Amino acid sequence: MTNETPLWEVFIRPRNGLAHRHCGSLHAADAEMALQAARDVYTRRGEGTSIWVVPSAEITASDPKDKDALFEPTADKIYRHPTFYDIPDDVGHM
Amino acid sequence: MKEDLFELLLRLADDHLILGHRVSEWCGHAPMLEEDLALPNIALDLIGQSRALYTYAGEIEGRGRDEDQLAYLRLEREYRNVLLVERPNGDFAHTIARQLFFSVYMQAWWREAVGSADETLAAIAAKAVKEADYHVRHAAEWTIRLGDGTQESSRRMAAAVDALWSYTGELFETDSVTDALAGAGVAPDPAMLKAGWERVIAEVFTEATLDVPDAQAWQQTGGRRGRHGEEMGYLLADLQYIQRAYPGMTW
Repeated sequence: MTNETPLWEVFIRPRNGLAHRHCGSLHAADAEMALQAARDVYTRRGEGTSIWVVPSAEITASDPKDKDALFEPTADKIYRHPTFYDIPDDVGHM
Repeated sequence: MKEDLFELLLRLADDHLILGHRVSEWCGHAPMLEEDLALPNIALDLIGQSRALYTYAGEIEGRGRDEDQLAYLRLEREYRNVLLVERPNGDFAHTIARQLFFSVYMQAWWREAVGSADETLAAIAAKAVKEADYHVRHAAEWTIRLGDGTQESSRRMAAAVDALWSYTGELFETDSVTDALAGAGVAPDPAMLKAGWERVIAEVFTEATLDVPDAQAWQQTGGRRGRHGEEMGYLLADLQYIQRAYPGMTW
């Protein structure tokens, strides 16, 4: 059966105010079944308040071969990192 | 009234324990990994509901029996569950049909029981109704996909409905126990839930392109009076083995 049903990527939002995070994938016949399966597979221990499912085939991914061109140039631009600031605790998640 | 409430709680608890046990038999055997988690999830909901009901039943009875003694140390004839819930899992379609029939019934039952004059039962219902909502959703979506799926899945779903339909009538049976408790506003009158149940089943079956069986068809009976099918003994042997072999054992 798993060979016949498409793959879905699952994103869970753990709490209000946080972003959905990728937590895994699963097989399901369609979007509704993927949502149900995601609930059963990934939220059994109270992990979530919201679920997104996305067909894996719809995701456009960067090519690992382009790694150097895409990501290497930022390595020496440390002035972009917000490490020179103290973030007040009240700001919360940034 | 106390005897009636005890009897009702036992019936309800037995329904949930026996179905929970049946569904748990899928653990490690489901047709796909996702369902291998979904079905035991549902089984745990059902067993959790039975525990609350057994515990309360033991308090009402007042003879010092706890949930374990009620769940594990009765004889077959003392179990009050409907025959539907003890039916073997069969193929996945049989399990889904059984789940749909029972969950749609219990969803309506719990919704009514949320307003019960009995505070403890109302509290159990408030928790259970959310779980039942999901059980209905799970079973209904599968029924639709199997019924309106491939030729093979459609054939199997129709066969499952055919095999289990005669076990649905028992859910709506009434007797002096249900009459007394419905009269006192403690529990819903099962017969009053029938029209709503038929409506939901018809909606799901329409979407699933399944025929709704004849509402007047002959129906099984006996579970509420302790007369069970052949399969029940095997189920209880499995369920009770540890407590029978090692009385009082805990871990």
